[in-house]
Amino acid sequence: MSHKTPRPKQTSAGFEFGTMLRIVKPKTKRAKRMLEKRAPKVDENVKRLMLLQGTKSSSLIKNVISDLYHLKKAGGAAVKFSRKNDNVRPFEGGGETSLEFLSAKTDCSLFAFGTHSKKRPNNLVIGRMYDHHVLDMIELGVDKYQSIAQLGGGRKAAPQEGSKPCFAFLGDAFESKPELAHLKEMLLDFFRGEEVETINVGGLDRVFVCAAAGDKVYLRHCGIELKKSDESKFPRVELVEVGPCFDISIRRSRKPSEDLRREAMKMPLKTAKKKVKNVKGDSLQGKIGKIYMPKQEVEGMALAKMKGLKRERRQAAAAKAAAAADTPAKEGDGSVVAEETPTQKKARL
Amino acid sequence: MDSSEDLAIESTSNHEAYAMQPADLYAMDLGNLMVFDPRASFSSPAECLEKARELIQALSDKLYELPATVDKVGRLVTLPPPTTRLPREKPLPKPRPPTKWEQFAQKKGIKKRKRSKLEYDDQTDEWRRRHGYKRVNDENQIPWIEARDTDEPGVDPFEKLKSDKKERVAKQEKNQLSNLKAAAKKGGKGALPSTLQLAATSLPITGSKTPTKRMNKDEIGFAAGLASTATASGGKFDKKLPGEKAPKQTGKHRKFLPVVGSKGQSSKEKEQLGNVLSKVLAKYNHDILDVGKAVSKYNVEEEGKRAQENKKAGGKGLRKFSGKDRSAKKGGLFNKKSGGSRAGGGSGGKSGGSKKPLGTKSAGSFKGKAGGGSAKRK
Repeated sequence: MSHKTPRPKQTSAGFEFGTMLRIVKPKTKRAKRMLEKRAPKVDENVKRLMLLQGTKSSSLIKNVISDLYHLKKAGGAAVKFSRKNDNVRPFEGGGETSLEFLSAKTDCSLFAFGTHSKKRPNNLVIGRMYDHHVLDMIELGVDKYQSIAQLGGGRKAAPQEGSKPCFAFLGDAFESKPELAHLKEMLLDFFRGEEVETINVGGLDRVFVCAAAGDKVYLRHCGIELKKSDESKFPRVELVEVGPCFDISIRRSRKPSEDLRREAMKMPLKTAKKKVKNVKGDSLQGKIGKIYMPKQEVEGMALAKMKGLKRERRQAAAAKAAAAADTPAKEGDGSVVAEETPTQKKARL
Repeated sequence: MDSSEDLAIESTSNHEAYAMQPADLYAMDLGNLMVFDPRASFSSPAECLEKARELIQALSDKLYELPATVDKVGRLVTLPPPTTRLPREKPLPKPRPPTKWEQFAQKKGIKKRKRSKLEYDDQTDEWRRRHGYKRVNDENQIPWIEARDTDEPGVDPFEKLKSDKKERVAKQEKNQLSNLKAAAKKGGKGALPSTLQLAATSLPITGSKTPTKRMNKDEIGFAAGLASTATASGGKFDKKLPGEKAPKQTGKHRKFLPVVGSKGQSSKEKEQLGNVLSKVLAKYNHDILDVGKAVSKYNVEEEGKRAQENKKAGGKGLRKFSGKDRSAKKGGLFNKKSGGSRAGGGSGGKSGGSKKPLGTKSAGSFKGKAGGGSAKRK
């Protein structure tokens, strides 16, 4: 006998559930702060870089990836994945979904993907994301490479981790050729770090030198040494090769679609100045702010001890003075001061 | 192609727009600490480091010229805003659309007013805070409530206060949710406050674009049944919740009839098998036929077909003699006429051809009766 009620429709993978729009509120303040940090803002965070390796990679590419990680490690601005990512295929149709997923999970807007194959040896794909979707990419071939370890890292001139770098671009190819202009913009975005309003000029300690000659681009990372100069009042700049040294050639590139690029370049409207709290005042009074003190326990405060004021000490001093005055006149006083035990002394005081 | 040209043009215009000093012809972006020499030429990478040194020297000199405050740390220089525009990493935050209350307040001209943190409590003659610990007018700390004429005898006024508060809180939550949904609907996911996530908890697995519907009671019951039997012992020994019924039997259920019949009845199993056998045999048996029924069935079919054809042809014929068709659409009229006559002829021909031999399928439809008869005979 068959069951009377009809069976619900069974698809190949399971049942079709209804979509439920559910509001997920953060349960802790920490979670809320994390979400606020990752939300779209007017003043954005530093772009983070994620480094991946493909199915097959050479030792050169592995060194490149690890050096890039060291360059951008400071302040958590780089994430390196140790496993091989087989399903990342940047220039193919659906090969970016894994990248986009990882970008959303780690909140990274820059990526560098290294592979090696016979057709494309020592391949490095660098790219940017907008709203966790691929904006543009450039495929570079690393022809010659020297890592930080090989160059010695520069003993004295080694730049500090996380300092803001300078950029020096040489060659008119960066203007005339569109791919190189794109690469220039990309390199600037990759390495510039935070946007700051004030810097300490003495703290300038690194330069990225990019020189274009023909089809090749020479990328050097140097430390700056400031030395006393005789001619001018400004210090003399000396460059010492420190970090990784690349000889790269551009293979393929993907420009952003025009409307996506226009949307990504939108600037926020000039907002009103930030509100400064706790500052009041006028021309008569001047600038006034309140200082809020926490409640203080006046009784049990740990003040400096004035041992000289202790009663015992005063008595002893007085007795000594009296004894000093009396001994030339009399022989013995007769009064014997009994020895006190330490506990009796404590009880007294 | 166009985008790449635009990119190149934009970069040059950025550099040209920024001041080209008479001393050096480098393009500088001080906000990004960048210096670019388009005229540099070098033969080897070593030489390019030399050139780079000159560029960085120029940059450093420029930086030292900027307005600065000398601190014990060093010379702090205020950088100008960067000239090279770089794309953002996330879209600009969208302002959230006003809530229902905000819209109403705007319409009525109600303005927000700031309330003081402390309020004077007349009962205790002291200043108490408005919200929080030991607040003014705390509901939970009302010592007594005076009875009124309108009060019902069985109702606990303290409980009533609590339940009223719960209702108000629930209503507020509901309103907040509906405001958020309206904001999401109007402005998309970006219009929501960043600390919320709208989660679609289950997506259709088939990947179809049809809107999915909620599960109905039967589906839920089926799923619950599956879940309850998905244990090692088929869900037989699991503890049941109070009031939970045993799961309904779903799926194939094989019923075995008693082989030995009770008094007076022949074996049911035997009967059932016999029925099945007769059905199978009757399907391929052509000589068992109720002629009268077959003939009447055939006639009914024929009449039905003819009636339909007459209807079609008759309808068209009627239109032919109406006034409005005569004047206009002469060509169409002719087409209709010929089509109609052709249809009539065609169907007539078809009906002639469709005469089935009486021995085939129509006999098969009587199989039940014939089969039963044959079984009885046996």
